[in-house]
Amino acid sequence: MSKVLVIAEHDGNSLNLSTAKTVSCAAAIGGEVHVMVIGHEVDTVAAQAAALDGVSKVLATSGAHLENPMAANWADEVVALAGDYSHVLAPSTTFGRDLLPRVAALMGVNQVSDIMEVMGPSSFKRPVYAGNAIIDVAAPDGSKVVGTVRTASWKAAGGGGSAEIEGIDASGQGHDHTRFVGMEVEGGERPDLQSAARVVSGGRALASEEQFQLIYDFADRIGAGVGGTRAAVDAGYCPNDMQVGQTGKIIAPDLYMAFGISGAIQHLTGIKDAGTIVAVNKDPEAPIFEVADIGLVGDLFKAIPEMEKLLD
Amino acid sequence: MKILVGIKRVVDYNVRVRVLPDGSGVDTDGVKMSVNPFDEIALEEALRLREAGKAEEVIVVSAGGDECQQQLRTGLAMGADRAIQVKTDQQLQPLTVANAFLKLVEREGAELVILGKQAIDDDNSQTAPMLAALWGRPQATFASKVVLEDGKASVTREVDAGLETIEVDLPAVISVDLRLNEPRFVKLPDIMKAKRKPLDVVSLDELGVAAAGNLEVSHFEAPKPREKGIMVEDAAQLVAELKNRGLL
Ligand SMILES: Cc1cc2nc3c(=O)[nH]c(=O)nc-3n(C[C@H](O)[C@H](O)[C@H](O)COP(=O)(O)OP(=O)(O)OC[C@H]3O[C@@H](n4cnc5c(N)ncnc54)[C@H](O)[C@@H]3O)c2cc1C
Ligand SMILES: Nc1ncnc2c1ncn2[C@@H]1O[C@H](COP(=O)(O)O)[C@@H](O)[C@H]1O
Repeated sequence: MSKVLVIAEHDGNSLNLSTAKTVSCAAAIGGEVHVMVIGHEVDTVAAQAAALDGVSKVLATSGAHLENPMAANWADEVVALAGDYSHVLAPSTTFGRDLLPRVAALMGVNQVSDIMEVMGPSSFKRPVYAGNAIIDVAAPDGSKVVGTVRTASWKAAGGGGSAEIEGIDASGQGHDHTRFVGMEVEGGERPDLQSAARVVSGGRALASEEQFQLIYDFADRIGAGVGGTRAAVDAGYCPNDMQVGQTGKIIAPDLYMAFGISGAIQHLTGIKDAGTIVAVNKDPEAPIFEVADIGLVGDLFKAIPEMEKLLD
Repeated sequence: MKILVGIKRVVDYNVRVRVLPDGSGVDTDGVKMSVNPFDEIALEEALRLREAGKAEEVIVVSAGGDECQQQLRTGLAMGADRAIQVKTDQQLQPLTVANAFLKLVEREGAELVILGKQAIDDDNSQTAPMLAALWGRPQATFASKVVLEDGKASVTREVDAGLETIEVDLPAVISVDLRLNEPRFVKLPDIMKAKRKPLDVVSLDELGVAAAGNLEVSHFEAPKPREKGIMVEDAAQLVAELKNRGLL
């Protein structure tokens, strides 16, 4: 029977929603699901993990050198426990994509990236070529599975569980070759892009950082998170952590509104799982209309103020 | 200091990739192939470090069939000093690529390896951390800024929550994100010059690397298309439609 170890993503205070989604993928594999919470003084986060449906045990590894998720230090802790498990999973966020390949290499296996569907205990579906193809991929017989989970493909596990929490001693002191210096967080009060039910995004058409304010204001008006294209981020209209797409964030909000976005394949791959896609673009030929559920050919600088008025 | 840079030959990012009807793969017949865009950024960074006097030699490395020599030549034309092809006809997976890089790192005595954060064909995003793990050295992934000084690198990383800065001691592996730099254009005379630069070929066997633990890829399919949408005439209709669907 499978025994799955999910590595929790958190910021020291709260569990990232990506963890609950990864737990759902683990549940689809079947068997026992444990969550490993690594960090410094992780009681609060461990309690949150213990409340996730389907989790039977939480393993809490704490140490001052584990406060920040430095892959070199965390990977050693994961590998120290991984021997008892058939599967090790983490979300396919920047957190998981930094940590898990290091774990996989230390365990001598290839990693299954971006699991979107579980076909069997060792066989999965995952996207390649920016989501233009979906492949079936299977780990060799008898091999451990180390995989990242495409969070946009999974619903978050509910919060009715009450797993046992076990404290684990850190296996080592960590490496001094890697040092955390600092973290600059943008955003602020707005709903988090990766978990927001609604997302409003702007593209190159916004043309300046000042005019991008239009997107923020409209998003705030409807309680949405804010996203942008690579073009908008590169031009400095919005910060990099807002980039949606193949090389940014893959999201699945109920409502995605794209303003002045052409719909390049690299962008579309980030929004394919959205419930409803709305596109406003002045070019009727823009590829974004091929995926939009509701399209409006028009000038965003006119459409947004009009929509705001109608919502008053 | 020597820097190794990974160069993967991939379907050009502008190509609309199509799955073959029999599900055996994607159509690459007559399709434009290019250097993985992240690898151009990796190489640009290495060249800038050399130009700033912080590295002596930049070596581009590609693992694959002889076709990948084309992309290595592009790397030489951009300014790399020499190239190494790790020759194999097998489909490579990241652990094997990482093992091959490790052998080259040891052979060349390289102190820095710069790779892309992901290859845009398999979208694996694994090779850099794997190499760092096998090498027992630090990794700095998704770099959007690199400052090299006194045997260490200060790297700003693009992570989901924002920008994280870490410091790693060399030797180390860095993987690059899009905003690290803007790769230079290749000029015609550089292409001519690149033809005379050394390109060594070494087989995977000669390096002593065996592909192990490969995942089995059995079937390709096109993603499910979204249902066809509707067009509205103006903002009023749009708002009405969204309210109708309970979305606003
Ligand atoms: C390796 C690689 C990775 C990439 N990863 C990503 C990624 O993760 N995410 C991403 O988004 N991109 C990514 N890209 C870039 C991608 O290819 C496109 O260049 C980018 O998405 C285009 O952004 P855009 O739609 O804002 O700009 P454009 O393509 O320039 O489109 C602007 C659109 O605005 C419309 N417009 C102009 N004025 C108005 C107006 N007043 N009102 C309404 N509409 C207007 C135009 O008709 C046009 O369709 C990547 C590229 C590469 C090579
Ligand atoms: N066959 C290869 N030859 C050279 N470099 C490679 C190869 N495969 C992967 N890489 C490097 O590893 C990076 C990440 O690839 P991946 O882990 O496959 O997403 C790429 O951007 C390259 O720099």
